[in-house]
Amino acid sequence: MGMIENRFPPNPLITTYDAVFNWARKNSLWPMQFGLACCAIEMMAVMDPRYDLARFGAEVFRGSPRQADLMFVAGTVTEKMAPIVKRLYDQMAEPKWVIAMGSCATSGGPYRTYAVTQGVDRIIPVDVYVAGCPPRPEALIYGLMQLQKKIDRRTIARQAG
Amino acid sequence: MSDGRPLHVFDDAEEMEISFGPQHPATHGVLRVMVKLDGEKIVDAKPIIGYLHRGTEKLFEQETYNGCIPHTDRMDYTAAATNNQGLVLAVEKIMGITIPPRAAYIRMMLAELQRLASHIIWLATHALDIGAVSPFFYTFEEREHILDLFEEYCGARLTLNCMRVGGVPYDLPEGWTGRCRAFVDQLPGKIADWERLLTNNRIWKERTVGIGVISAADAVEWGLTGPPLRGSGLRWDIRKVFPYDRYDEVEFDIPIGTHGDTYDRYLVRMEEMRQSIRIIRQCLDRLPDGPVMAKVPKTIKPPLGEVYASVESPKGELGYYVVADGSDKPYRLHVRPACFINLQAMPELIRGHLIADMIAVIGTLDIVLGEIDR
Amino acid sequence: MADEPTPTPESPPQPPAPKPPWEEKPVPAVPRDAGDHPQVTELVAALPNWEGSAVEFAGQVTVTVPLARLLEVCRTCKEALGYRFLVDLTAVDWKDRAEGRFDVVYWLHRHRDEKRLRLKVRVAEGAEVPSVTGVWKVANWMEREVFDMFGIYFADHPNLERILTWEGFNGHPLRKDFPLEGIDTGAAVYPDVYPPGGGPKSAAGKGGDA
Repeated sequence: MGMIENRFPPNPLITTYDAVFNWARKNSLWPMQFGLACCAIEMMAVMDPRYDLARFGAEVFRGSPRQADLMFVAGTVTEKMAPIVKRLYDQMAEPKWVIAMGSCATSGGPYRTYAVTQGVDRIIPVDVYVAGCPPRPEALIYGLMQLQKKIDRRTIARQAG
Repeated sequence: MSDGRPLHVFDDAEEMEISFGPQHPATHGVLRVMVKLDGEKIVDAKPIIGYLHRGTEKLFEQETYNGCIPHTDRMDYTAAATNNQGLVLAVEKIMGITIPPRAAYIRMMLAELQRLASHIIWLATHALDIGAVSPFFYTFEEREHILDLFEEYCGARLTLNCMRVGGVPYDLPEGWTGRCRAFVDQLPGKIADWERLLTNNRIWKERTVGIGVISAADAVEWGLTGPPLRGSGLRWDIRKVFPYDRYDEVEFDIPIGTHGDTYDRYLVRMEEMRQSIRIIRQCLDRLPDGPVMAKVPKTIKPPLGEVYASVESPKGELGYYVVADGSDKPYRLHVRPACFINLQAMPELIRGHLIADMIAVIGTLDIVLGEIDR
Repeated sequence: MADEPTPTPESPPQPPAPKPPWEEKPVPAVPRDAGDHPQVTELVAALPNWEGSAVEFAGQVTVTVPLARLLEVCRTCKEALGYRFLVDLTAVDWKDRAEGRFDVVYWLHRHRDEKRLRLKVRVAEGAEVPSVTGVWKVANWMEREVFDMFGIYFADHPNLERILTWEGFNGHPLRKDFPLEGIDTGAAVYPDVYPPGGGPKSAAGKGGDA
């Protein structure tokens, strides 16, 4: 998409193009398995038959960051783990999104201690924050749907300024 | 060549050291293992932990005793009820509190339901890592029913905070016993289904029989507890050895294995699930009436002293060492984590096996990094 | 109530039925000297020239061992007395205590009669404690954790390095003079992002975050 991006001002051809690509991207988000702590168990629960994340297209949880486009940071990011989170984020290919799941990933959670990074947004950019300790699977699905709305707003048109 | 060797000999005494984790689908959390490989055979393995160290023991010193209970939920996050139970038992021991029988039976039911939920996660992830994907979906459906019961009781699915010093915070809601009984009555059929998928499955047996063998003597030497100890043949369970919360009033058996391999530990945990169902049924039948909380002072201030209390969590012996100094906050609260000790023996279990068996061994030890790293 | 042929109006009031223990005010445990406790007497019998003390609290026996004899006592407990299972090894920081700031605590178990025993040894800051990994293999990681959290050095340990915190971590977290929010936590891991003294809560700002 490198050649067409950011070249043309908004026009009807672009909107169709955007609609198709955004629809494809938001309905086939492939998450990366990145369960760190308790929220990982709720992330597993959101894949189970009752809450079924697969119906949103996010069925295949990839083990490798190079094959994923969504990173659920599920759990506490400790200072020891933080460089690794950054490295994994860097290894993901564009376009990539991050959902910070749970209080610990959002802002350190109940752990205002020497070993915990106070929010994963200190090291990587976050698109959606899902609060909870742990958030219910429905909350996580709501967060994913918000992310899908955010992806819908992407456009390859040349942005003003 | 000057050393006399012909040129075309490949020197395959070279070892490769790879880092397994900390982000890996099969490490059950953020565990890193530095593995020394000779081809595919593991020569040595060195687990590196601490990627989830959150400073919980330091946080304990800042909270009151009842305020520490939510922090204990988050240690072994697959089995929050037994974590809570250990802490309240330790404080009750120092304070000399006896809990009412109804509270004891409710605690036992919560703990056994939690054991079922934790073993379900173990089975689902162990099988998923080895390659069997279906048990995950079948088992998690039943786990959702257990979490529904928890949610009705205390409002939370995972981080329960369902016990207090002196008893339990709430009485059972209306209809809970009926729903629990209905769930527990249909569960043995489901467990039989899951066993039909795996127990006599030739691929499962090839991946688990003879893998990760440890003898009973070595298991005691390495401090193993829980199913890793019982799989090696030692019939030892805290609920029988140091009974707490009226476990001496219910009948249940302790399953043991014979060979101490991964398959035996799998059979031990499956049988433990059935024994948990047995305990829950007895608790439902005999549930006494009465209060659910003993008469405890408003502020819990244990006298100067130290005590250790442990419970049989699904992972092994989970102990709490409380040093009290007369104030309402613990002076030192140390957790004896079952998984931390069990993981230490992992190099013993894995030496000589192939790299693919590392997955089976990590799964069979049933480690939860929240408890290991605290 | 017993049968009374003619109940009189001023019959003395019967004492109320005893209340169940959970309705009585709880009586906390009280420490008592355990010199005559069977587990202590057999330990003393197995060791010549015993100088320690023993306390029983809440049904658990704690024996205070002089540091010089720690390894000998541990070996005796394991081999002669049968405490083959080291359940837990930890430490407590008594910051304001005059002699011996730390208590290193060993919690032992014997399968033969399911009895447990606690050994405690007082360690001054900077003193070395002999490692018991030669006695119980399970002590390996436990001692590493005590070293990491308290800074107590164990002599003859196979690989005494930090286990829960990371390389370059400054300080020993569970010491009483270590602040909860750490000293310069972020700086060790990514020095270009956090200035020295930075971390989750910067040392300068109180209440705000870095």
